[in-house]
Amino acid sequence: MNPVLVSTALPLGDDALVLAQRLGEWAGHAPVLEEDVALANIALDLLGQARVLLSLVGDEDELAFGREERAFRNVQLVEQPNGDFAHTIARQLYFSTYQELLYTELAQGDSELAPLAAKAVKEVAYHHDHARQWTLRLGDGTAESHERMQRGLDALWRFTGELFQPVEGLGTDLGALREPWLERVSAVVRQATLTMPEGPDVTSWSAGAGRQGIHTESFGRMLAEMQHLHRAHPGATW
Amino acid sequence: MTTAATVEEAAPQAGLLAAFESALAEDSRIEPRDWMPDAYRATLIRQMAQHAHSEIIGMQPEANWISRAPSLRRKAILMAKVQDEAGHGLYLYSAAETLGVGRDELLDKLHAGRQRYSSIFNYPTLTWADVGAVGWLVDGAAITNQVPLCRCSYGPYARAMVRICKEESFHQRQGYELLLALSRGTEAQHAMAQDAVDRWWWPSLMMFGPPDTESGHSEQSMAWKIKRHSNDELRQRFVDICVPQAEVLGLTLPDPDLRWNEERGAHDFGDIDWTEFHEVLRGNGPCNEQRITQRRTAHEQGAWVREAATAYAAKQGTEHGEVR
Ligand SMILES: [Fe+2]
Ligand SMILES: [Fe+2]
Repeated sequence: MNPVLVSTALPLGDDALVLAQRLGEWAGHAPVLEEDVALANIALDLLGQARVLLSLVGDEDELAFGREERAFRNVQLVEQPNGDFAHTIARQLYFSTYQELLYTELAQGDSELAPLAAKAVKEVAYHHDHARQWTLRLGDGTAESHERMQRGLDALWRFTGELFQPVEGLGTDLGALREPWLERVSAVVRQATLTMPEGPDVTSWSAGAGRQGIHTESFGRMLAEMQHLHRAHPGATW
Repeated sequence: MTTAATVEEAAPQAGLLAAFESALAEDSRIEPRDWMPDAYRATLIRQMAQHAHSEIIGMQPEANWISRAPSLRRKAILMAKVQDEAGHGLYLYSAAETLGVGRDELLDKLHAGRQRYSSIFNYPTLTWADVGAVGWLVDGAAITNQVPLCRCSYGPYARAMVRICKEESFHQRQGYELLLALSRGTEAQHAMAQDAVDRWWWPSLMMFGPPDTESGHSEQSMAWKIKRHSNDELRQRFVDICVPQAEVLGLTLPDPDLRWNEERGAHDFGDIDWTEFHEVLRGNGPCNEQRITQRRTAHEQGAWVREAATAYAAKQGTEHGEVR
């Protein structure tokens, strides 16, 4: 196993896989049929990215279904439960803005992640556009949608700092993405007549967060559901 | 709708009716702007609405397994399938719109229990193998029903069906392939596949509707070329397709009376439990309540989102909340 890929492809693959899993929970529950299609579309893109990234590291299914919670390297942001539609959109806005910046950088590099990033950057640009459009509609829609959208942004803010923690071997200065990320997110937030959250954007716990395999409580249950069938039939092929 | 109705009341429409009937006789398509009898329009609206509702309710039993799919490849296939069904719902609601009924109105009727969806979706998906059985048998039966609809006399419906049938045949093949993998897998997987087929076989046969002797709408629909074959004809066709496929799968169909009839050149099969059929139709199936409640809940909980999109669109002076 290539140790550089383990430290780079695994966290990015886990980000994509876990967010795809969360978005998949919307199927059949979306507020309007078009969003059943759109959210599934985004989930499928992410799942496709996850499969490529995990396959760079090893067997995709062994990695997805065989690892314990502490071995997952995704940021905590993507594992956060869906909440209401505004909460999901806030998560999408924060994460797709990050992914678009990151993949754009990676696509220009010459690492083994470059081909995936080059292909995925187009998908992620669409995810960002989708999140932006809904942030505007909800922020500048009705009083209720405005309040819900603001609540979503505020609630997830404390998971955003982790996005810029260094990932060893990536060859990209993630810390340097923070400024352009802030600029982009706050431009959308302002246009949506919302306000940027204040307060700390990371946990104060010294054990770290998702990149160190430290997750939030709901993540274990999400994994239990995702993995149980695969694990109940050891060695079976599907 | 109102235009057609007032026109019809105003004067005997001998000329229009003759044009409509000769279009049917020539097998050419009726288009939204063409005159059509009110009853033809009403029948189409009822059928297309029921079809659209079936697509979106049908997402539920399959979405039930997205989070638990046992491999990433299967998860992707299943997600794409459920997404396709949402897309089918969209095509069909738009096709129905050409007859003057909006999606909101139809959804309200579904939620109020005034329009139906296919009863098959009132059965639960209990194991992973059910995802395969639904693809193979339920999508399979849907295709058998729907391929003739690609030649339906109403243009927008026929065209929607061409697109939908293509995707349904993917679904059917993927379901079959899923079952094949299980059937050839471990003993537990094989048993899971057989159990699913045992539970889905009879409900799938019921998807073709009551026997011809009892079917109320059939005759008129055939004359209008909305329907091309009788329920029993299609059911027989489906059984004949499935029997050899089950053999290749290495699974048995749960019918001791199922056998080839040389004389008829078709398979004989056992009696369908029509009491179960009517009970499920009446609302007493295992999942009727659950399916409609989930649909209503998603709609109600999404109301503030739709209101926001409308309000935003109004502020921007755009039609559908397009963001500039
Ligand atoms: Fe469909
Ligand atoms: Fe289908």
